[in-house]
Amino acid sequence: MSDTPVKHIRTPLSRVRGLGAAHSGTGHFWRQRLTAVANIPLTIAAIVIFIMLLGRNQAAVAQILGSAPVAIIMLLFIASITMHMRIGMQVIIEDYVHDEIAKLVLIMANSFFTIAIALTSAYGILKLSFGL
Amino acid sequence: MAATKAPAARPLSPHLQIYKPMLTMMMSIVHRVSGFGLYFGTLLLAWWLIAAVSPSSYARFEWFAGSIIGRLILFGYTWALIHHMLGGIRHLIWDTGRGFGPSEREWLAAANLIGSIAITVLLWIFGLLAMGGPL
Repeated sequence: MSDTPVKHIRTPLSRVRGLGAAHSGTGHFWRQRLTAVANIPLTIAAIVIFIMLLGRNQAAVAQILGSAPVAIIMLLFIASITMHMRIGMQVIIEDYVHDEIAKLVLIMANSFFTIAIALTSAYGILKLSFGL
Repeated sequence: MAATKAPAARPLSPHLQIYKPMLTMMMSIVHRVSGFGLYFGTLLLAWWLIAAVSPSSYARFEWFAGSIIGRLILFGYTWALIHHMLGGIRHLIWDTGRGFGPSEREWLAAANLIGSIAITVLLWIFGLLAMGGPL
């Protein structure tokens, strides 16, 4: 487009894609900030809910946790923290595990663990809500 | 064939043990460690949520949460959660390009630590009062 001489060896396509050397761009960086911001009000709400439920019996806990506003807040909380911790743990793995196979296995295990935590928690909340 | 000589011991780049521990450095480490702890602490959160489905499973969870080990883990979890959240807010401030000055970063690190301890203690006082006593 312009007449300025090319000062870099990256192809225009590579520059437009903006994925960089790790081939994943800034997706993780952005999602870590996005979930961090979401975690703040959701964690405060979850702490308030938890303190409200302290000392109550199971029937009361099940009823309150299953009520629509509390269940929705807890589902959002679970979704946001598990997404956040999946990225965070991947960063730790990439920092300290240099063996390629071990790194891939741990990154897979990280995905399995965080998704399992998310869906197990969601199952509990939905069961309380819908009483299945 | 000439025996290969062992490679000369080369200097490594300085790592943690070379530096005098500083508050900002310790806070950085604690941020990562607390995040690591919170990761596995979600097992308790998931357990609590699926235990709430039936009285017998909830009784098992309450037994664990009320035991000394359970209480210690929950106290540590509370502190890690609050510390990581305040540390996260500090990171979000840094993301805007603010808070990097010599006095600001020390002040933020101290506020992070003092704030997390104070809020954790307050939450536990609230929690124990909500349960109707310390035991």
